[in-house]
Amino acid sequence: MNKPALVVIGNGMAGMRTVEELLKLAPEMYDITVFGAEPHGNYNRIMLSPVLAGEKQMDDIMINSREWYVQNGITLHAGDPVEHIDRRNRVVRARSGLMVRYDRLLIATGSKPFIIPVPGHQLKGVLAFRDIQDVESMLAMARNHRHAVIIGGGLLGLEAANGLQRQGMSVTVVHVSDALMNQQLDKPAAQLLQKALEAKGLKFLMNAQTEEIVGPDRVTGVRFKDGSVIPADLVVMTAGVRPNIELAKAAGLHCDRAIVVDDTLQTYDPRVYAVGECVQHRSATFGLVAPIWDQARVCGAHLAGAGVRRYVQQTSPTRLKVTGVELYSVGDFIGGEGSEDLVLRDARRGVYKRLVLKGGRLTGAVLYGDVKDGPWYFKLIQSGADIAAIRPTLLFGEALSARAA
Amino acid sequence: MNLSSDHLAIRTTCAYCGVGCGVQATPKGDGTATISGDTLHPANRGRLCVKGSALGETLGLEGRLLYPQVRGEDGLRRVSWDAALDQVAGQWRSIIAEHGPQAVALYVSGQLLTEDYYVANKLMKGYVGSANIDTNSRLCMSSAVAGYKRAFGEDLVPLCYDDLELADLVVLVGSNTAWCHPILFQRILRAKEQRPEMKLVVIDPRRTATCELADLHLPVKAGTDVWLFNGLLSYLARIGAMDPAFVEQHTNGLTAALETANIDCADPAAVARICRIDPALLLEFYELYAATAKTITAYSMGVNQSSAGTDKVNAIINCHLIGGRIGQPGMGPFSITGQPNAMGGREVGGLANMLAAHMDLENPEHRDVVQTFWDAPVMADSGGLKAVDLFKAIEEGSIKAVWVIGTNPVVSMPDADQVRRALSRCELVVASDIMQHTDTNEYADVLLPALGWGEKDGTVTNSERRISRQRAFLPAPGEALADWKILSLFAQRMGYSGFDFRSAHGVFAEHARLSGFRNTAADVPRMFDISGLAGLNAREYDDMEPTQWPVRRLASGQLEVEERLFADRQFATADGKARFVPTATRAPVNAVSEDFPLVLNTGRVRDQWHTMTRTGKAPTLADHTAESFVDIHPQDALLHGVREGELARISSEWGAMVARVQHGGGIPRGSVFIPIHWNNQTASDARVGALVNPEVDPVSGEPEFKHTPVRIEQFRVNWHGFILSRSSKALDSVAHWTRIQGRSFNRYELAGRNVIKDYSGWARTLLGVHDADADWLEYEDRTAGVYRAVHIVDDRIEQCIFLSPRQDMPSRAWLASLFCKDVLSEIDRVGLLVGMPVEKGADAGPTVCSCFGVGRNTICQSIVEKDLKTVQEVTACLKAGGNCGSCVPEIKKILVQTRVEAAEEKL
Repeated sequence: MNKPALVVIGNGMAGMRTVEELLKLAPEMYDITVFGAEPHGNYNRIMLSPVLAGEKQMDDIMINSREWYVQNGITLHAGDPVEHIDRRNRVVRARSGLMVRYDRLLIATGSKPFIIPVPGHQLKGVLAFRDIQDVESMLAMARNHRHAVIIGGGLLGLEAANGLQRQGMSVTVVHVSDALMNQQLDKPAAQLLQKALEAKGLKFLMNAQTEEIVGPDRVTGVRFKDGSVIPADLVVMTAGVRPNIELAKAAGLHCDRAIVVDDTLQTYDPRVYAVGECVQHRSATFGLVAPIWDQARVCGAHLAGAGVRRYVQQTSPTRLKVTGVELYSVGDFIGGEGSEDLVLRDARRGVYKRLVLKGGRLTGAVLYGDVKDGPWYFKLIQSGADIAAIRPTLLFGEALSARAA
Repeated sequence: MNLSSDHLAIRTTCAYCGVGCGVQATPKGDGTATISGDTLHPANRGRLCVKGSALGETLGLEGRLLYPQVRGEDGLRRVSWDAALDQVAGQWRSIIAEHGPQAVALYVSGQLLTEDYYVANKLMKGYVGSANIDTNSRLCMSSAVAGYKRAFGEDLVPLCYDDLELADLVVLVGSNTAWCHPILFQRILRAKEQRPEMKLVVIDPRRTATCELADLHLPVKAGTDVWLFNGLLSYLARIGAMDPAFVEQHTNGLTAALETANIDCADPAAVARICRIDPALLLEFYELYAATAKTITAYSMGVNQSSAGTDKVNAIINCHLIGGRIGQPGMGPFSITGQPNAMGGREVGGLANMLAAHMDLENPEHRDVVQTFWDAPVMADSGGLKAVDLFKAIEEGSIKAVWVIGTNPVVSMPDADQVRRALSRCELVVASDIMQHTDTNEYADVLLPALGWGEKDGTVTNSERRISRQRAFLPAPGEALADWKILSLFAQRMGYSGFDFRSAHGVFAEHARLSGFRNTAADVPRMFDISGLAGLNAREYDDMEPTQWPVRRLASGQLEVEERLFADRQFATADGKARFVPTATRAPVNAVSEDFPLVLNTGRVRDQWHTMTRTGKAPTLADHTAESFVDIHPQDALLHGVREGELARISSEWGAMVARVQHGGGIPRGSVFIPIHWNNQTASDARVGALVNPEVDPVSGEPEFKHTPVRIEQFRVNWHGFILSRSSKALDSVAHWTRIQGRSFNRYELAGRNVIKDYSGWARTLLGVHDADADWLEYEDRTAGVYRAVHIVDDRIEQCIFLSPRQDMPSRAWLASLFCKDVLSEIDRVGLLVGMPVEKGADAGPTVCSCFGVGRNTICQSIVEKDLKTVQEVTACLKAGGNCGSCVPEIKKILVQTRVEAAEEKL
């Protein structure tokens, strides 16, 4: 046992991607031990939506099977979450009591769904949409229950709603504001989206404040501030996530909204790194996969001792994984003072596109219905290219702009 | 006698220019007709120009005036013919009773058939007892009439079209024949192709399409024609290029004419300086003229429309007389008239200073002949007011009632805003027209629906004195009546006898009889004599073949026709001799000044006619020149701060208008050219008539359309745009607009000054789309000021609007083509807001050949790709230029340009 020990807390996408990056650079450098709360190998959480919708099977979304851990000499403790970090002695303790010493620690505990603490939120039939367990519960309930209520009309909520509806449930999405996906869409796009989803059979309650989850034992309904009640056999809370930082906090690591890391993904303790949804980098937290892949690359390199990379935040696009809805959002799509808009609307064809320009450069895009030029816009945003020359055709896409140029 | 192989085809004549081509119309039974050239007609032998070819597109009833209407407090309302004519007759009677016969007037048109004209003239001069009947022909060829009368004693066009093919030199003066009389131009060109030694000289300040195929172009300064021809007369006399025997035996006045010419035109160098042309070029022309016996000098508006128009005509005729170049095949001074029946109007005396059948108002003997023939109660005995004075008198109030027939003086008259003022003050304005909405009809108290081309029946006379039948092949729409009929019904209400005509044939027979009445050498001889046609019965009149006058019936019963006059060298003067007329030089009345530094020249474009009431309906004709424009030399544009493609305001002392600046019309420095066609029905502010100075020739009264001092300045706008729409739009809120007829859509070119805050709301209001759920696509770049929207109804494009602060909008061609589709494809829809097909398709470019719809880009591409070298090769390849040939000069130009560009690119 001459090799230094690397302990990874969290068997999710961020943690394992970092390990993969590390192995690429320095396959023999550490003895690696991984603790995971879920009793599985490592899977693609993003693909839970298609699984719920019945478009994918669980096998389809596994990234690393148990054999992979074995082949790479990694000790995996799945279903045994770490409960304590002793930084002075450089030891972690798992729920099972197992204690493992580390030379380097990687925290990748991700985030936890935010369960709105309204009365009744602990009733049976109230779920989050975070992991395989949630999906399996939902699939089970869909088989013999009728009414699903999704609280939270964001990306995840809409994917859950779509999935449950595809499983045959009557689904109502409850949203606190007047526009769906307000983190990623402007109002016109949100309205188109709502119309399209309504056409697919989803119901929406907008500007609705949930007051109570009603039910004797398991859920039977949801009551709102205005006193109205709708029936519910299943309530899915998709009202956002919170970085999962209790463990780090308890260990005395500096946290703000999440674990604060520097450009190398190091925490305030030089032996401890953190990646993924549990970190805060230059006041930002993360929820999309692209920046997390970047973090993993940087962190992996530093763990490997090849520490020349720096993590630089970059904008990343959002797509909604609901079949038949084409949607692409990237960058600063709100604009405002000092920015300019290019807008195209074709309501009948279900197309809406908006580009936000600042100082002759593209800074944001919302595409609805026709997203084929999304990657091109993303590239233009990233490169900060001067688009003055192609402005007249910019919104009509890459092919025409190439013709015009 | 209908010799057509197609028994349904009706042989008639074209409604447009004075060439008078034969047309074969085959009605399709749905109000439309197939149009082709009449191969039996001697004027055109089956050929038609683009305007003639598109006659079928002008037959639709949209916009037609179909019922009599009377203006009341709340606008126009439909009334019966009886009510309308009773009202007019009642008002005329009381005005005449109170103010005398000089207080009423007719203002008629070279669009009228001879029969209509005859009745109008008879009514005014023999029954009302006033000569206040003038015609838009005053604006067109009255100088030619006056010139002929001064030289020959009567209004006589000496030659015929065949002479153009027999000539060795054709001099075109002030005539863009290639565009305005395309079929005659084609005849000249074909003759020139067969006999390359035949020369063509063009005298015109502009380098027009006519110049493209000329041997010599003399770009004289506007208004200097008299210097040029005085100089020629002087030159011919000096070098002895004369026919002394002819001059001696058959003319008078050479000495005086020469003396006048020699005052300031004896030195060709001085003439060249005044005319602002190269002295060598001038001498080349003089030498060519002197050396060529068979010379024709053909002229039209550039000569006639001048304050020295009559002198210009006589300066030209003088040169023909000195060498005896008249009366023989292939020679003579040839006035080419603008209108289809200008000549017919002249024959019946339809101008204020004529009587009838080539007789004079002031001549008591002539008056006696006519009064006796008509059995008229009261004869006008002195000339009436000519057009410009007529409208002045209306404004001043001495004329209280005017009846405008078949013409649009608010657009076509000089100082046209004065005409508007006059009509708005006039007690009673009656308008007979085929269209409901014209700029003139807006001022009418009574609107009377007349028959249009294809519906009316009668005769017209073309520029070579050839009388042809116009025959009806469509039923009368609504309650429309023939003009002769309307006037006859009115005359009967006025209590006049002699108007019980039952058909056009009856009118024509009377007209023909009058021409022969007391027409003997011993009595009152006139060269105008069509008495040979007086005895035609109705059937013979219907079957009448195109016939030149004079036409007399010999004792044998045969008709005798004179193709060309003066073969016997006998003129219509008292002594039988032609007269030289001294023509002292004088500049146009209004000179340019610091305030108005440019000379405005006006004229036609190739594919439009007059005020567009008919040609404006034909999509085929809209493609060549869509908008009114002001052509200006690039250096002048720079000097005056206007830019090609942008709008400019052009103003004179009399009025102002707005048009798009263009170069390339061959305009010399110091001048601008603006077409005459656009008006308030087709554009917001494009009536060039409003600018034209109301100066007239002292003899003919013809206005000086070709020389008005103007200035030009930028017309600043904030945005440009266009609308294509299936419906017509009211665009009063927009600073500048032009309407262009498309195939099942209207196109509007727009420009605005207003700041648009809410594009979407503004556009929806403008296009009348109030339904929030309408299928409405839009693109908006607000800060850049770019907005585009398309309105779709039932998967079919209904309308679209494109706006931009610059002239950088997509070509209208592809969007326009979508209006022919009943359903838009998905890929069409994607391209809508781009304004282009999203899959790379060919853009044909602006239309060059209207007949086959061939665009400029297509032609350029073929020239380069297939290495085409001649127009014939282009035609063989693309058909372009193969039908009417009107675009051949342009193709030739494109050919040169493209080949030069291609050669440069290779270098």
